[in-house]
Amino acid sequence: MPAPSQNTSRRDIALAALAGITPTPGVSKPDPIIVADHVVRKFGGLTAVNVSHLEIQRGAITALIGPNGAGKTTFFNLLTGFDQVDEGSWSFNGVKISGTPPHKVARMGMVRTFQLTKALYRLTVIDNMRLAATNQKGESILRAALPFLWNAQEKATTARSEELLTRFKLIDKRDDFAAALSGGQRKLLEMARALMVEPELVMLDEPMAGVNPALKQSLLGHIKDLREEGMTVLFVEHDMDMVRDISDWVIVMAQGVIVAEGPPNIVMRDKAVIDAYLGAHHDSTLEQDRG
Amino acid sequence: MKLGKTQFVRNIALGLASFFLISGFSTWVASSAAAAGSTLVGEIKDVASTPLSGVRIDVTGPNGFATQVTSDAMGKWQVEVTSTGIYDVTLDQSSLPSGQALTDVTKATRKINVLMLGTAITVLFLIGPGAEKTPILDQSVQLLADGLVLGIIIALAALGLNLVFGTTGLTNFAHGELLTLGGLLTYFFSAIAGLPVFAAIPIAVALSAFIGGYLQDRLLWKPLRKRGTGLIAMLVVSIGFAIFIRYVFLFIFGGFTRQLPQFAGQAGLEIGLVSITPKSIISTSVGLLLLAGATFWLLRSKMGKASRAVADNPALAAASGIEVEAVIRSVWILGALLAAFAGIMVTLNQGVSFLMGQDMLLLIFAAVTLGGLGTAYGALVGSLVIGVLIQLSTLIIPTELKYVGALLILIIILLVRPQGILGRKERVG
Amino acid sequence: MDFIFIAQQSFSAALGVNTIIFALAAIGLNMHFGYTGLLNFGQAGFLAVGAYSVATLVVSFNFPLWAALLAGIFNSVILALLLGLPTLRLRADYLAIVTIAAAEIIRQIARSATFNEYLGGSDGITGKFGKDFFALNPFKSGLNTPFLRYNGNDLWVVITGWALVIVVLFVMWLLVRSPWGRVLKSIREDEEAVRSLGKNVYLYKMQSLIIGGIVGSFAGFVYALSRQSVQPDNYGTALTFFAYTVLILGGAARVFAPIAGSIIFWFLLVFIEQMLRQAVSAGYIPEWLIGVNQVGQIRFMLVGLGLMMLMIFRPQGIFGDRKELALDARA
Repeated sequence: MPAPSQNTSRRDIALAALAGITPTPGVSKPDPIIVADHVVRKFGGLTAVNVSHLEIQRGAITALIGPNGAGKTTFFNLLTGFDQVDEGSWSFNGVKISGTPPHKVARMGMVRTFQLTKALYRLTVIDNMRLAATNQKGESILRAALPFLWNAQEKATTARSEELLTRFKLIDKRDDFAAALSGGQRKLLEMARALMVEPELVMLDEPMAGVNPALKQSLLGHIKDLREEGMTVLFVEHDMDMVRDISDWVIVMAQGVIVAEGPPNIVMRDKAVIDAYLGAHHDSTLEQDRG
Repeated sequence: MKLGKTQFVRNIALGLASFFLISGFSTWVASSAAAAGSTLVGEIKDVASTPLSGVRIDVTGPNGFATQVTSDAMGKWQVEVTSTGIYDVTLDQSSLPSGQALTDVTKATRKINVLMLGTAITVLFLIGPGAEKTPILDQSVQLLADGLVLGIIIALAALGLNLVFGTTGLTNFAHGELLTLGGLLTYFFSAIAGLPVFAAIPIAVALSAFIGGYLQDRLLWKPLRKRGTGLIAMLVVSIGFAIFIRYVFLFIFGGFTRQLPQFAGQAGLEIGLVSITPKSIISTSVGLLLLAGATFWLLRSKMGKASRAVADNPALAAASGIEVEAVIRSVWILGALLAAFAGIMVTLNQGVSFLMGQDMLLLIFAAVTLGGLGTAYGALVGSLVIGVLIQLSTLIIPTELKYVGALLILIIILLVRPQGILGRKERVG
Repeated sequence: MDFIFIAQQSFSAALGVNTIIFALAAIGLNMHFGYTGLLNFGQAGFLAVGAYSVATLVVSFNFPLWAALLAGIFNSVILALLLGLPTLRLRADYLAIVTIAAAEIIRQIARSATFNEYLGGSDGITGKFGKDFFALNPFKSGLNTPFLRYNGNDLWVVITGWALVIVVLFVMWLLVRSPWGRVLKSIREDEEAVRSLGKNVYLYKMQSLIIGGIVGSFAGFVYALSRQSVQPDNYGTALTFFAYTVLILGGAARVFAPIAGSIIFWFLLVFIEQMLRQAVSAGYIPEWLIGVNQVGQIRFMLVGLGLMMLMIFRPQGIFGDRKELALDARA
């Protein structure tokens, strides 16, 4: 992928790469970071996920949308190893990761957040951040009791944590327990914490859920920054404004199947998508019927 | 929960009053049940746990003490001693039935050191097949029958535990004490108050259902639920409660195993390949009826269905107009009732002591986990499996270790199928 | 009423052998339950493994004491692996049930007639297996002051025991404030979050189980050596539950809390028992209310009641932080 220069941002590059692609479900991408094939997950008699082929473009922000119960979060859980698939396989950077346990997936560079924020309540904000750093020598039981072996690294980790906290405007809450933060602040903390891992792919599960409008803009800005720093973003959302605002590509799921994918403006008008959301007998666009 | 001053004083007064009541009561009980010394007890059984009667035991001890007893129809014998010291307990091998012999003839005499009075000491003699071996088939069928009886006892206890867990989320470590309560109350009404056992049993069951079911929920668990106490905290509270209740039982009834005044020794009837006592037949049948009744209640009655709804989704049940507190109340009463009868079944066969609950509790947990925590029929299936497994395992492992076998099976099942036999395969971790 | 005697007994108990045993058991439990959120209800099993390893190997197999102690530690690691491998991937309640079952299995095997020869059956093992240890004692005459009174052997156990407790506590403190400790505390909060950050949760839980189990086996060593005897029925579920009481009394997840909890627990237990006993013998409490034999039982009634009151009214114990507890959405 070409590097950004003075005049082209990563956004431009992403859009350029996706420009000529036919918006059909399962279409290939020029530089996929994830390739998934025949992924099936059943719960009892119900097929929650049945994705025949999907590719996620590197360096772009992709949205995964669909009505409730479409299987989006289940698909997320499958990709990140938090759930076990019945059939199918997928790869990350060309490496097959289906069946890999979630902590290994995270270490390979694929980090996810959760619908219900998992800020660690009885830890302080700064500890939440320090926890996320990778390759910490002090986390090995053999070295833990000998502080001189890991003190220096801990100082560096703390410095990096404080940098990120400052960027996310949480630095004043540094020593508070995470439980003392508001819901929106916890969302920011979870995102900042995910960045400590220095991931390649960030997967956000409904990042806007329960967030007040003022904070939404701030979060949107941070997500766009992720792309500018070279990360790929995949997020699940219901908030159509957000989807239209920042995504480079949209994938629509309904009843476990991908019914459409493409740039946001095209997908929003796709009849199949509207049917999926609103039922078969409706002829307005998603935007008109957003109330 | 901030207590007002008057409430505090009132609670202290209530506490003291209860203590005086319990203490005075315990003295009355102690004086009725004479126990001025220690007891040496034993049970002579063969490898299939069939009691051997008519076996002679000689006991000699300090101060010229010498006596001979014979094992009763249940294989049981006991000798009272009034001084401390070392006693020789010898099994007269000539009195063993044909085909049975001591597994180790060098251990025909056991030296027992009675260190203090007021205790019961069990003397163990291991009996194995002598010249004649009981056919494996006969043994297995007998063990199967014993296992089913044990399974029904566990099922009666487990059903209540499962229901309470399902509707309130509470893992009640004090559940075993409900069995002890049933047994002790039956003992009290028959041995001390003088009623015939047939009359004592229903009174004990009803009283247990009231005290152990209704009152326990009303006075302890309901207030905790209202305060929003967490589930793990309540679990630890139930542990403290179990310890407290157990020692209250000890305080009132003493440490001996108490037998009921009637039916203690009863000969077994031979029915086909199986030897079973009349009291077992009757009590097991009643137990089965109770189980059937409880299951019918769960499936068909309005309250029963409501309780399954609450177990499934309390918020939704409440929103649909189900009175959750009434459901929980009835679940507690039913659970205590069944558990009390289970305790009575055990008491009929082996007497009751303050430790009965503790001994049974682990088996109950094993049964519930095996069957599938929270499922309706799970407790039933798990209990029968555990009961049968425990008894059948004695074909291979020594009788004294049969509970170990059951516990090992439990651990293995958790390895292989953590949701239990009937549980749904959801994320259990 | 001999108040001086009561004071001497109570204070000696507060700093005595039982306090050390339960402090160590509770420190181990603190690692499991306080810091990692593991519901280990089989801590008595770890004590039993430590105690029996020492007794059996010295008495029946003529091991030197130091080798038996090492073997005891090794055995407790094996037990932790056996317990952890099947259960650490499962929900918390499963670990609780399996650990109780395992401890009960250990006790049943220890008291069985089948293994009578090596494990002593229901009578246990009594012998001079602590010989080498007591030979090192420079205080053979013991201690006799108004507040503390110990015989020679007990004094040695008390001194070495507290030294051990301090060393163990120091190592615990280092571990808990390290990044490793931070991962444990996070696991207690939310395992999935920790996994999503790339940590192998299972491995950390296993390490916690092993370390807490080793400390438990230390408690078993003290138990066995102090009395030069092991009795299987001493290692039942009651022991585990009393250790929990001590832990919660002090305040779970505070490094030094198990010590405070144990000291207070044993002080109160002995104090109340002595007061009651003397009151009953002196006639202040009538015989029909509490018989002389029943004083011991009242102690345990009070322990059960105390545990309940603690969990209901002050679950953070004496030194815990109410705020920290209040923040836990689960408990």
